[in-house]
Amino acid sequence: MASALDTDDRKAVRRFERRQRLGHWDVKYSPYLYIAPFFLIFAVTGLFPIVYTAVISLQDWDLVRNTGEFIGFDHFVFVFQDPQFWKALRNTFSIFLFSSVPQLILATFIAAQLDTNLRAKTFWRMGVLLPYVVAPVAVSLIFSNMFGDQYGVVNSVLTSIGLDPVGWHTDVIPSHIAIATMVNFRWTGYNALILLAAMQAIPRDLYEAAAIDGAGALRRFFSVTVPQLRPTLIFVIITSTIGGLQIFDEPRLYDVTGQGGANQQWLTITMYMYNAGWGKFDFGRAAAIAWILFLIIVVFGLINFYLTRRLVSDDRSSGGK
Amino acid sequence: MARKKSTSITGGRPGWFTYGALGIVLLVALFPFYWTVLIGSGDQSSVYTFDAFSWESWIPGGNLMANFQAVIDNPAVGFWKALGSSLIVSIAVSATTVLLATLAGFAFAKLRFKGSGPLLVFVIATMAVPVQLGAVPLYIVFQELNLVGSLWAVILPALVTAFGVFWMTQYLSQSLPDELIEAARVDGCSMFRTFWNVALPAARPAAAMLALFTFVTSWTNFFWPYIVLGNSDSKTLPVALQVLQANYFIDYSIVLAGVLLSTIPLILLFVFAGRQLVSGIMAGAVKG
Repeated sequence: MASALDTDDRKAVRRFERRQRLGHWDVKYSPYLYIAPFFLIFAVTGLFPIVYTAVISLQDWDLVRNTGEFIGFDHFVFVFQDPQFWKALRNTFSIFLFSSVPQLILATFIAAQLDTNLRAKTFWRMGVLLPYVVAPVAVSLIFSNMFGDQYGVVNSVLTSIGLDPVGWHTDVIPSHIAIATMVNFRWTGYNALILLAAMQAIPRDLYEAAAIDGAGALRRFFSVTVPQLRPTLIFVIITSTIGGLQIFDEPRLYDVTGQGGANQQWLTITMYMYNAGWGKFDFGRAAAIAWILFLIIVVFGLINFYLTRRLVSDDRSSGGK
Repeated sequence: MARKKSTSITGGRPGWFTYGALGIVLLVALFPFYWTVLIGSGDQSSVYTFDAFSWESWIPGGNLMANFQAVIDNPAVGFWKALGSSLIVSIAVSATTVLLATLAGFAFAKLRFKGSGPLLVFVIATMAVPVQLGAVPLYIVFQELNLVGSLWAVILPALVTAFGVFWMTQYLSQSLPDELIEAARVDGCSMFRTFWNVALPAARPAAAMLALFTFVTSWTNFFWPYIVLGNSDSKTLPVALQVLQANYFIDYSIVLAGVLLSTIPLILLFVFAGRQLVSGIMAGAVKG
C-alpha cells in the first residue's frame, strides 16, 4: 500500500517536473519560434536570392537547362561599357532630383500650413493624402496622357496662353519632369503628413521663446521648425532615395512600348535591368545590374544621410534656439 | 490636444493665405482625377478635340458606363478575374503580414532572449534591400516550382515584411504593459496563449493600420507581379491595366475608364479608412 502511494507521489512529482521543464522551454525557446516565420521567409525569399544573385551575375545563364557557367566579371564589364547603362543612370538620378527636391520643399510647406489651427483638419489631411491610393501604373497612364506631346492637356493649356508646346515625350529633361511629377503627385501629401506629425511634436515654448526674442514667422520657421525636423527629414530623404532610385512603374508605362523612349530619354536602371532579364532573357546580366543598382542605392543613401545631417545641423548652430 | 494651451503664437484661426494655399494644393491633387473622369467619359476623339479655352471641353461626356463595359468586355484585360486576383493577393498578404509581424513584434518587444538586439537590427537592415536584387533568382526558383503565372509567386515572397515586424515591435514595446504579460503567465498561460489572449488584442490598433498599408501596397504593386504574371491569365489589376495601353492603337477614353474602374476599390477604401491611414502615417512618423 505504502509503496503504491509512493509511486503515485513519485509520478505526480515527475509530472510536475515535466510541466516545469516544459514551461521553462516555453519561456526559453518560444521567442525564437515567434520570430522564426519572418526569418524563414526572409531567408528563402530575401537572403538566398541576394546571395544567389551575386553567383548568377558571374555566370552565363542557360535558360533551357536552368544552370549557368562561370564567366567572371564579363557582365559587369559589359554593363559599364554599355552607353545605355550610363543613360539609364543619368535618367534615374535626374528623375530622382526632379522628384525629391521640389517634393520635399512642397511637403514641408504643406505640413507647415496643416500645422495651424485649421477648420476641418481631417478634411485637409485626407485631401492631400488621396493621390497615395492611386497605383503608380494608373498614375502613369493618366499623366502620360496629360503630358501628351500633341494632344495633352498640359500642352493644350500652354499653347492656349501663347507658349510653345513642350516635347514631354521627345525631349530628355521634359520627360524627366513629367515622370517626376507623377512621383510628386503620389508622395507629396504622404510626406507632408509625416512632417506634420514631426512638427506637432516640437515643443511650443520654443516658438514662444523665439517670438519673445523678436523672430518673425519666417525666421521662426527656419530657425526653429526646420532644425527640429532634422531626424524626420533624414528619414524622409533616405526612404525616398531607396524608393526613387528603383523607379520602374511610372517610366515603364510612360509610353506604349515601355522602352524608355526612342533615344532612351527616360530609361531607368530598373527598366534597363528588366530589359536585360525579361526582354533579352539574359539573367546573368540582369543579376549584375541588380547588384550595381543595390550598391548605388547604398552609397547614395549614405551620402544623402551625411549631407542632410550636415546641412540641417549647420542651420541649427547658426540659428540658435 | 496638448497644444491647445500654448497656441498663443500659432493659435487663432489661420488666415486666407493658409486656406488659399491648401485649396490650390487640393485642386492640383484632384485635377488628375477630374481629367480621368473627363476623358474616361468621352469617346476616342475627346483627347484630340480638347480645347482648354472652350468650356464645353471641360464637361464630362456620357460614355463612362459604355467605356467601363468596354474595359470589362476586353478579354485581354480580364477585369473581373484581375479584380478577384488582386483581392485574393491583397487580403492574403495583409492577413499573414499582420499575424506573423505581431508574433515577431511580441517576441522582440516583450520577451527576453539571447540575440534579440542584433536580430532586430538585422530585420531593420533588410528594409533597405530593393526587390530588384532578388528578382532573378526568385524567378528561377518559381520557374523550377512551376509557379510562374500563379498567384502564389506574388503571395509567397510577401507573406511578412520587415517593416511590419519593426512597426509591431515599436507599438507593442510602448503600449503593452509588462504586468499584463506577467499576470497571464502567473495564471498559467503558455507563451502562445499569452500572445493570443493578451498581446494580440492589445495590438489591434497598430495591426489595423499595418493591414491597411499592406493592403494598399499590395494592391498597387507592379514590378514583381508584372514579371511573374505578365504573360499569364491570372493578372492582378495593375498588371491587367497595362494591357490596355499595350495596344498599337490607343483609345484613351477606354484606357482612362479602365484606370478609374481599377482605382474605385481603393477610393472606397479611402472613404472608409482614410482617417486611419492619416493617423497611421502620422503615428509611424513620430516613432520612426
